[in-house]
Amino acid sequence: MSSTLVLEAASSTVPQGLSGPVTLATLARSRTALERLAGAKVLDLSGVTELDTAGAWAIASFQAVQAAKGRKIATVGASEAHALLLQTVTEAMPPVRKRRRRLPHQEAGDSLYVLGQTVWDFAAQMGVTIGFLGLVIARFAAAVLHPSRLRITALTHHMQQAGLNAVPIVALMGFLIGIVLAFQGASQLEQFGAEIYVVDLISISMLRELGILLTAIIVAGRSASAFTAAIGSMKMREEVDAMRVLGLDPVELLVLPRVLALVIMLPILGFVANMAGLLGGGIMAWIDLGISPGMFTTQLLTNTSVSHAIIGLSKAPFFAVIIGVVGCYQGMQVEGNTDSLGNRTSRSVVVAIFLVIVMDALFSVFFSLWGI
Amino acid sequence: MSDDPVIIVRNLTNKFGTKVIHEHLDLDVRRGEVLGVVGASGSGKSVLLRSIVGLQKPSAGTITVLGTEVLTDPPSDTGAQGDGPDAVQNRWGVMFQDGALFSSLTVRENVEAPMREKLGLDPETRAALADLRIAMVGLPASAGDLSPSELSGGMRKRAGLARALALDPQILFLDEPTAGLDPISASDFDSLIRALQKALGLTVFLVTHDLDTLHATCDRIAVLSGKKVLVTGTMAEMLHVDDPWVHTYFHGPRAHAAQPTQGTV
Repeated sequence: MSSTLVLEAASSTVPQGLSGPVTLATLARSRTALERLAGAKVLDLSGVTELDTAGAWAIASFQAVQAAKGRKIATVGASEAHALLLQTVTEAMPPVRKRRRRLPHQEAGDSLYVLGQTVWDFAAQMGVTIGFLGLVIARFAAAVLHPSRLRITALTHHMQQAGLNAVPIVALMGFLIGIVLAFQGASQLEQFGAEIYVVDLISISMLRELGILLTAIIVAGRSASAFTAAIGSMKMREEVDAMRVLGLDPVELLVLPRVLALVIMLPILGFVANMAGLLGGGIMAWIDLGISPGMFTTQLLTNTSVSHAIIGLSKAPFFAVIIGVVGCYQGMQVEGNTDSLGNRTSRSVVVAIFLVIVMDALFSVFFSLWGI
Repeated sequence: MSDDPVIIVRNLTNKFGTKVIHEHLDLDVRRGEVLGVVGASGSGKSVLLRSIVGLQKPSAGTITVLGTEVLTDPPSDTGAQGDGPDAVQNRWGVMFQDGALFSSLTVRENVEAPMREKLGLDPETRAALADLRIAMVGLPASAGDLSPSELSGGMRKRAGLARALALDPQILFLDEPTAGLDPISASDFDSLIRALQKALGLTVFLVTHDLDTLHATCDRIAVLSGKKVLVTGTMAEMLHVDDPWVHTYFHGPRAHAAQPTQGTV
């Protein structure tokens, strides 16, 4: 595009003006040319070949600035279309706003205040989440009293989505953790000649803690985010509101099936992880330490009480409730914009994993106090 | 208004799987006119719009916008003659049905967004130009700081229009600009489109169902039916078209309600 913008010869009697295209593309040059015309009485636009709103804005704002200084500059020679555009733009010109630059105002106690606010927000958030948990429990009780209100189709669908489809990743994770435990344990226990105790190391740590904890973390990453995104986008598209006005309860329809599906499936997934972990550990012990599968089984059965496995799996339903409730609650909190969906999804995973670990710590304290 | 077409669609065919939407469709849009595209629901009005602006790749046919073959011409930086499809893109603006504003940005940032991406303007100028666009579409100055979720439906459409105008386009595509607006806002919007079109010398491609909008804004009307453009012409010509659907459309009870007072088309 050949854009020639010529500043006409400066003579006080001859009207001075712009020529060539005065558009968005030539905005910078047009404005410099206008600056140089600051003293003129009239602005000649007869040479303007193209004019768009940006160009008209440049002229109009130039006129406004000059008018503020007490110099009124009239335009002459504009074609009919250009004059119309100029008039439209001049009429629409927003009043010149002073851009307030909001400087962050810092004071000594500010960071303390922010810290307090954050803690308070977190606590308030937890309180509301617990309220939501109560609501889910109430709906669950209602569903137990009237089993026909339980959505079997939705329940099985979510059992497949959150449970069955997670089996491969959970099994692989368990298998690899078993291998790691066996390998690390072996290199330490070999120093004492106590290789055989690697079996106890694997079985107790896997069955009691790691199997279910890591499964819960994987499921939190997989399903809490999926729940938040699914419910959140339904909330954005007003589907949740549509349910409410139809007299349907979103908690009963959306939340309860998901939470129940996790409560049923998480112990099973934990069991899968435990078995995969024992298998991985057993194979590694056989390869690395020469503990035969027979020896491994005997040692496992005589030294490791089944209570470890029961304790481990007994935590699963609690983790499941945390993951399901946090995921669904965050989904229900999504507002009308896409940012909030992203924020809520990431928050749901973080909060779910954090609470699962807190819960696991509480269980450890509880079990050790009871001496189990 | 000159007669040279700015958009030339020839032999356009669009298919979704085995479902044929358009078959050998031809359409011209002339410079400086407002063309209203009407048709039954599902007749492919929006698909036609999406094909022209490059959101939907047609199975066959050619689309020429401002002299550029948008489907086949190489990008402009390869040294070919004329503007490539990427450059021509800056010369049209699209307003989607519900505004399609970026929900994480304020209205002003939405209008600034195209300028920020395509032009090297300083922030002050950009903000001033955005404010101008916001004022031109009739939004209050305070609307610039609001986020799209805080706007009413009519304001969202206006904001969408402001964003479509951000790069000073020559062609404006409007998808159902008045759908979902109350009659007063809708007729305000009609006159806004007409006024902007006149002042900015725009060519407008308008998809609509609203007979009042057709009366108030359109120079010509194209009727989409039977997978192609059945007929094009002025409103007056439409009334004499001998096709059952067109006849019902322009003579139905709603059409009669729309006609009498609108004499100044």
